Amino acid sequence: MDFEFSDEQRQLREVVERYLTDQYGFERYRAIKGSDAGWDAAVWRELADLGVLGINVPAAHGGLGFGPLETLAMMGACGSSLLLEPLIDSAVIGTAVLRAFAGDAAASEMLSRMAIGQEIAVLAHFESDARFESQWVTTRARRSGEKYILDGHKGVVMQAGAANTLLVSARTAGEAGEASGVSLFRVPRETPGLVLDAYPTVDGRRAADVYLTGVELPVAHRLGNEGAALAAIESGLDLGVAALCAEAVGVMQALVDATVEYVRQRQQFGVPIGRFQALQHRIADMLIHLEQARSMSYLAALRCADSNVTERRRALSAAKAVVGQAGRFVGQQAVQLHGGMGMTEELKVSHLFKRLTAADLMFGDSDTHLQRFAALTA
Amino acid sequence: MQLEFTEEEQSFREEVRAFLREQLSPAISEKVLAGYELGRDDLVQWQRRLHDRGWGGMGWPKQFGGPGWNSVQQYIFDEESALAGAPRLIPFGTKMVAPVIMAFGSPAQQQRFLPPISSGEEWWCQGYSEPGAGSDLASLKTRAERDGEFYIVNGQKTWNTLGQYADWIFCLVRTDAQAKQQSGITFLLIDMKTPGITVRPIILLDGGHEVNEIWFENVRVPVTNRVGEENKGWTYAKFLLGHERTSIASIGLAKRELARLKRIAAAERKNGRPLIEDPLFAAHVAQIEIDLWALEITNLRVLSADRRSPAAGPEASILKIKGTEIAQSISELMMRAVGPYALPFRREAMEAGWQFDPSREPPGPRYASNLAGAYFNLRKLSIFGGTNEIQKNIISKMIVGL
Repeated sequence: MDFEFSDEQRQLREVVERYLTDQYGFERYRAIKGSDAGWDAAVWRELADLGVLGINVPAAHGGLGFGPLETLAMMGACGSSLLLEPLIDSAVIGTAVLRAFAGDAAASEMLSRMAIGQEIAVLAHFESDARFESQWVTTRARRSGEKYILDGHKGVVMQAGAANTLLVSARTAGEAGEASGVSLFRVPRETPGLVLDAYPTVDGRRAADVYLTGVELPVAHRLGNEGAALAAIESGLDLGVAALCAEAVGVMQALVDATVEYVRQRQQFGVPIGRFQALQHRIADMLIHLEQARSMSYLAALRCADSNVTERRRALSAAKAVVGQAGRFVGQQAVQLHGGMGMTEELKVSHLFKRLTAADLMFGDSDTHLQRFAALTA
Repeated sequence: MQLEFTEEEQSFREEVRAFLREQLSPAISEKVLAGYELGRDDLVQWQRRLHDRGWGGMGWPKQFGGPGWNSVQQYIFDEESALAGAPRLIPFGTKMVAPVIMAFGSPAQQQRFLPPISSGEEWWCQGYSEPGAGSDLASLKTRAERDGEFYIVNGQKTWNTLGQYADWIFCLVRTDAQAKQQSGITFLLIDMKTPGITVRPIILLDGGHEVNEIWFENVRVPVTNRVGEENKGWTYAKFLLGHERTSIASIGLAKRELARLKRIAAAERKNGRPLIEDPLFAAHVAQIEIDLWALEITNLRVLSADRRSPAAGPEASILKIKGTEIAQSISELMMRAVGPYALPFRREAMEAGWQFDPSREPPGPRYASNLAGAYFNLRKLSIFGGTNEIQKNIISKMIVGL
């Protein structure tokens, strides 16, 4: 039982923290957020130079060969700085999914390119009726000679517009809700029949609904065996949930820090408002939520790659539920304690709040995970 | 970073388990696991068994006859004891007054008082609170005036837990009425048999006699029973209150009670199905379970950090607040789980002996008979040991600093 980061993990965190503090201030964040793409290729290159993009890529493919604990160590800083780039989407989930197909030469090549920032691959898996259930796949892939033909619709694919490649799940057999029969395909961004309906999300990032209409792919674009991709997809999502929990804790920490600072400075009735007990207790409650969420972000990182799937899922659902609930509380109360200023676009507080809101809505909200936890625990 | 305990810690856990298997009598553990009250003899007997094993002064360093456990070992012991249904030790001797005597008492006091605490021969109770001094403890009024080699104590203490059994009481008394609130206070050890002491029961909302008022009328206390210096008692009092960091969240106890909640909810029926399968009820249980899991890790984080450098941060307050909230939620849900059979109330149903008398079976399931009483009783958790609101004051003082 030990909750200290190793020296290596601490160094990684410091490198990322330093970079973001120096290079990714609130003004740059706002500029990137307001740009057409919603992310910055220059930042992406700089992250690649730091090695961050290879965090989850095996050393054999030019990555750092790290894992969830290193991801945990650095994601907090990404949260505090509101990093917009598709780090979780590509460098965590994308690489984790591809790593599951070690025998696939194209996947290996993609990993090598992703580690140095030359390729972005995001998972296009959830569908509009799936409501976070990963087995609910209705997109179809029909075999036709040496090709597959894909038809379907993927809902709210984060950072789809930034990706060179979409990793698209589609049914080659079975019905929605069945675990088997789901295959995974590499779909290059420019493939005919692939249409993105792109939009910004509440937290200023970019996402798209992805439409596949008669998308033709060579058989070699299928990753792994036909109909057997769900485990790989879920293992990627599990790492993503853990990384998102860690990021959300970083966001919460920034909100608690900002709120503490604000109630010390802001004067009303001739005293700093932090003198008022109603506000003091609210801040204490925020801190309790933050620390409970931090504990669960550790649990998520420690268990997200556990080979015991039930234990892994129990831990991740418990973590996502606690972090989601804590995020709502901390975000809402941070805005409340900032008063009217908390409502403004000008203050970072509102941006942090929106990121927490988005984080709860991704990969299953707190109620979804609470129910999942209950089902796995009974 | 890892969740697993070290091999050494694991084998310590095995040692504790083996001890509990051998020494904990089913007569006691069955009562504890079913949520019944224990009598004085149960508690003293258990303290003796621990003492015979060399564990009577748990958390004490070896030089004072303790096993010299670190905080992780104490945590493991507490967890295993709770899960096995061992009595929760009455803390006033071992965990409260003993550390103060060790840190600030004279060698003579250490020799006189520590061994019978460890062996269970002397029962201690607490004399901090007064009718007018609860959260604002420093406003206490019980006064002690010097008369040669004695202090003459007059005043009233309240909320003395199990003071009816006590041989000794440790008291905060005012020795300097002129001094600023915190600085005129002295820490005295008082023999409960001293003339002038009257113990009066306070009956709580569950009908139980757990706490007392204690009146002092010209009670003569030898000066040799003063701990440390006169008028420095507040420092020792704060030390006492801040001493406990490892088991304040009562993780093991909460795990045990959560398991009982699940057993009850599995036995109860709603529309012919086990209550535990009802989605709303299951969600309530799951919420408690994830909160408890998070608190367990928070607690382990504190232990992990303490191994490197023990530092007093807001952690102990966080553990107290969340731990008590969770314990209260479990007791509330247990009561609600049995529905209308939480209503029949007989005070004697709280006491262990009653259940085992077949001629006086309670209505409804046996497990239901003491749940409402426990729910009422456990409202105390967020009030004692520094109310949860005081804990929030402490947290905000530490992080906001205003």
